[in-house]
Order: sequence, then structure tokens, then C-alpha cells
Amino acid sequence: MSTVSTRAPARAPRTTQSRPEAGRRRRRREQQWPAYVFLSPWMIGAVVLTLAPMAVSLYLSFTDYNLFDPPHWIGLRNYTEMLTDDPRYWRSVGTTMLYVVIAVPLKLGVALGAAMLLKNLGRGRAFYRSAFYAPSLLGASMSIALVWKALFNDGGSVSGLLGAVGIHAGGWVGNPHLAVYVVVLLTVWQFGAPMVIFLAGLQQISPDLYEAASLDGAGRWRQFVSVTVPMLSPVVFFNLVLETIQSFQVFTPAFVITGGKGGPADSTNFYTLYLYERGFTASHMGYASAMAWLLLIAIALVTLILFRTSRSWVFYAGEDGR
Amino acid sequence: MNPAVKRWVPHTIALVCLLVLLYPLLWLLATSLKPADEVVTSLHLWPSHLDWSNYTTALDGVSGVSVTRLLGNTLLIAGGAVVGNVLSCSLAAYAFARLRFRMRGPMFTFMVATLMLPQHVILIPQYIIFNRLGMVDTYWPLILPKFLATDAFFVFLIVQFMRNLPRELEESARIDGCGAFRTYWAITLPLSRPALITTAIFTFIWTWNDFFTQLIYLFAPEKFTITLALRSFVDQSSTSAYGPMFAMSVISVLPIVLFFFVFQRYLVQGMATSGLKG
Repeated sequence: MSTVSTRAPARAPRTTQSRPEAGRRRRRREQQWPAYVFLSPWMIGAVVLTLAPMAVSLYLSFTDYNLFDPPHWIGLRNYTEMLTDDPRYWRSVGTTMLYVVIAVPLKLGVALGAAMLLKNLGRGRAFYRSAFYAPSLLGASMSIALVWKALFNDGGSVSGLLGAVGIHAGGWVGNPHLAVYVVVLLTVWQFGAPMVIFLAGLQQISPDLYEAASLDGAGRWRQFVSVTVPMLSPVVFFNLVLETIQSFQVFTPAFVITGGKGGPADSTNFYTLYLYERGFTASHMGYASAMAWLLLIAIALVTLILFRTSRSWVFYAGEDGR
Repeated sequence: MNPAVKRWVPHTIALVCLLVLLYPLLWLLATSLKPADEVVTSLHLWPSHLDWSNYTTALDGVSGVSVTRLLGNTLLIAGGAVVGNVLSCSLAAYAFARLRFRMRGPMFTFMVATLMLPQHVILIPQYIIFNRLGMVDTYWPLILPKFLATDAFFVFLIVQFMRNLPRELEESARIDGCGAFRTYWAITLPLSRPALITTAIFTFIWTWNDFFTQLIYLFAPEKFTITLALRSFVDQSSTSAYGPMFAMSVISVLPIVLFFFVFQRYLVQGMATSGLKG
């Protein structure tokens, strides 16, 4: 790139230009092209594997396409069929919403509780921090999903344990009302990742604040509500946004626990599972593209709402506060 | 409350939590060592005697493909992904963190925005591209995108790290006549080692655990990864093959567990500083 920056100082007439300014201009010109060399892999990826696919998938969402015949334009029909004529679509939306609304707050609540517990633990804190974090690395694997399926199956450890205290719920995996909670509990099991972030946030809160609060006569609960919660709210918000975005896209555990079919009775037919079924099993790529775009819109909307509400509950202290 | 009791309460709670958390892993290990007749019937966690036959069955692999081959395939993909991510993400990150160029602001915003993009939106066109290129049922769709810095998470992670590096060394390298590439290679990259290691470990673990991409792109059993093999093992066998199935599960998570023990410092710190998800 040999074009000169159009910033204000560079526009000064040539004749009056002072020497250092010319030097800065030259340096800027020199620095342009290496930047694009450094960025070239990323730029190729961004255009070929992100931007162009986004445009193509938007186009495909208005077509009937099965991967072998050329796409056939059908206007909004994928969208209208989805929204008005596909009960399984709405079932998958409902399942996914239920999952997000229960799993995310539960996981973050456990993560915050664990972080509070570990914060004051003293000796052994580093050990517990690592040990609690380990499930976050394993939880996405197929092996652990298989374990979960076996534990919550009829005759598995969980029904055995519940049976011992007099609750005879049978197997959760085969029960349309309980199957989704097997996935929820697998998600909560991975609370270590947000916990580590919470713990880092807690350790940044100045001890002076707690000291001042306790001088004012605040007990431990009062300190938690008036110091910890507001000071930690940016971290809570960060975790909330990340976990919500991720939860909408849950796939492997749902696929494994339900045997890849979203059963029983579609009760665990998560959005991504249904999208995979329509797109790759039934070869309705146009329909699946439309589903993907509605997912993108839903995630964008939820994120926007979270950002909007954050103004009323997320507290950003000045530079010296944190 | 008695101060000694007060000190022990959190430790006890932490220990109980730990046991509950580890139970599924213990159960996995125990079940993989149980004799066939104990797997379904016995409610005892630990087997009456250790039965290694599940492992000999598991080592035979699936559809005539040995477990060593499956592990080798997975290692090849994960290794390729690690090299690709470390190279391409650090290159892009250096430009974003240290170089001035027009469009830097919009490009950076776009990069951060792709963090939120669900992969399903670009999945089908990407599949069409790789299908046209004749790359379906090869490892290219799993490795090539990593060489094009498509994992914005890691670009962002390394940018954040590089921004906090002192500029003095780079400035003096420049005064000594180093160009941008020498400076990147000889100064910034070595200083960014912790961020690069974090990137490498997370890339390895995520690629190793990945299922969705592999499910879509790989079909021939001899190209299967350990995860895909495990899935077809589950589909092929009944509950009587629980033992071998979980023996194979243990084999498949073992590399992650080892990685965790060796690199846990980098993992937890990388997590804490960048807010990366595991």
C-alpha cells in the first residue's frame, strides 16, 4: 500500500512541511505494507471462510438446496414454513430456551459460590482451583457425555442414589421431562471456567473497600451485597454474555445423550441438533441456512438486550477503584 | 464459632465438592476395569477385581482400524491445528497490536465481532467450498482454516498479551535496523511465549474434543478420529459392550488429562487473564 495517510497533519502544503513531519509520513508509508503481509492469512480467512460464507448462507436461506442440484429461489418460504408450519422447530426453540435459562444462571451461580469459597481458603487454593477447573476441559468430549448418559440411565448411579432416599424417578435419559436436565447438569459440572474468571475478579477488589465497609459496621452478607457484587458485576456480565452465546450452540452432549436424534419425543432436540438433522441428514441446506440465520439474529438480540440492561446493574468503577 | 472449626468448614465443603465433581471420572475409570458381568448388575463403584480385558478389546479399535491408528489420526489433526493457530494468529495479532495501518479499527472490530458468530451460519457454505475443492473426507477442512486465523479467540488473546509487552525492546531493535519481520520473529514472538503456549494447549484440547466438524467432514473409517470411532462403537454395540466402550473413552480422554497435569498453570492463568472458555 503506497497511499499516504489522510490524517490532518499530513494534508499540510508541501512547501511548509517541517522535517519531522515528513519523517513521520515516510515511516507511516513504510509501515503500511508489512501490516498487510502479517494480516494476509487472517484477511484471506476472513473473506473466504467468514464473509463470503455469510453472504452465501444468507442467499441459500431463500432457496431450496440439497447440495447436488443448483439452488432454487423460493423467497421467504423457508422462513414462513419454519415459523408457521413446523412444530418441531418450535419444540427445538423451546428446549434450547429452557436449557439456556436454567443452565446459564445455575452454572454462573455455582461458579461464583465456588470462587467465594476458594478466595478465603488459604492453603490448598491453587490445588482446588485447578481441580475444579479440570471438568471444563473434559466436559465437551464425547467420553464424558457417554458417562453422563450411563449415570442418568435407568439403573445408573443417579437413579440408584435417588432410589436409596426414596425418590423413584427411574432413568432420566428416557424421560421426556427430565432428559434436558441431564444436559443442564453436564453444563453445570463445567463451572470451573467461569469460576477461574470470577476468582481473578475477586482478587482484584481492593481490601480497603472491605475494611471501610467493616468499619461502617457491615457484616459479611452486607459486604457481599454492597462491595463484592457491584465490584464484580463487570466480570459477571462478561461471563453471562459468553456463557449465553455458547449455550445457544450446545451440540455434542445433546447429540450423545440423546443418541443423535433429540429424543425422547423431541424433548432434547436442541436447536443445533435439529439444524444438523435438517441440513446434513435430510439435505435441506436452504432450510438449515435459514435456521442458522435466525439463530444468529436471536443471539445478537439477546446480546443486545444483555448490554442494554447492563447499564442498570453493571458497575464500572473509576481507574483507581479496581 | 471456634476459630479452628471456622477454618475447617470451607476446607470440608471444598473437599465434598471435589468428590462430587470427580465421581463421574472415577466411575469412568472403574467401569472400564470391571468384568463384563459386573458392569450392569453391580452397584459398587469399584470392581471386585481389575479386569484389563476391556482394554485389549478396545485396542482392537473399530471397523478394523486400530486404536493406535485412530490416536495417530487425531494427533495429526490436533498437531496441524496447533501449528496453524500459533503461526497465523500470532501474525495477525502482531499487526493488530503493534503496526499502524488504514482500516485497522474496522478490521479489529470485525475480528472481535466474529467471536460471537455462531459457526452454523458459515458451516454450510464452508462445506460447499470444501466439497467443490474435493476436500471432503480429507483432513484439510479441519486444518486449513487454522492456518487462516479463523479462531478469533486466539487472535484476541495474543493481541491482549502483546499490548502489555514493554515497547522498549522493539524500539531499540528498530533503531538497530530491524524491520517489522525481524522484530516480530526475534523480539515479540519469544516475549509472547506464555500466550502462544496457552493458544497451543487450548487449540490442542478443543481440536481433540471436537466432534461436530469431524462428524461432517470425515467418512472413511480409516480416517476416523478417536471421537468418531467412539461414536460408531456406541452405535454398533449393545449395552453388553459397556466395558470396552468406557475403556476406549478412558484412552480418548487420557491425552487431555495428561496435558492438564503438565500445563495446568498455563491453562488456569490463560483462562483468568483472557476469559477464554475451556
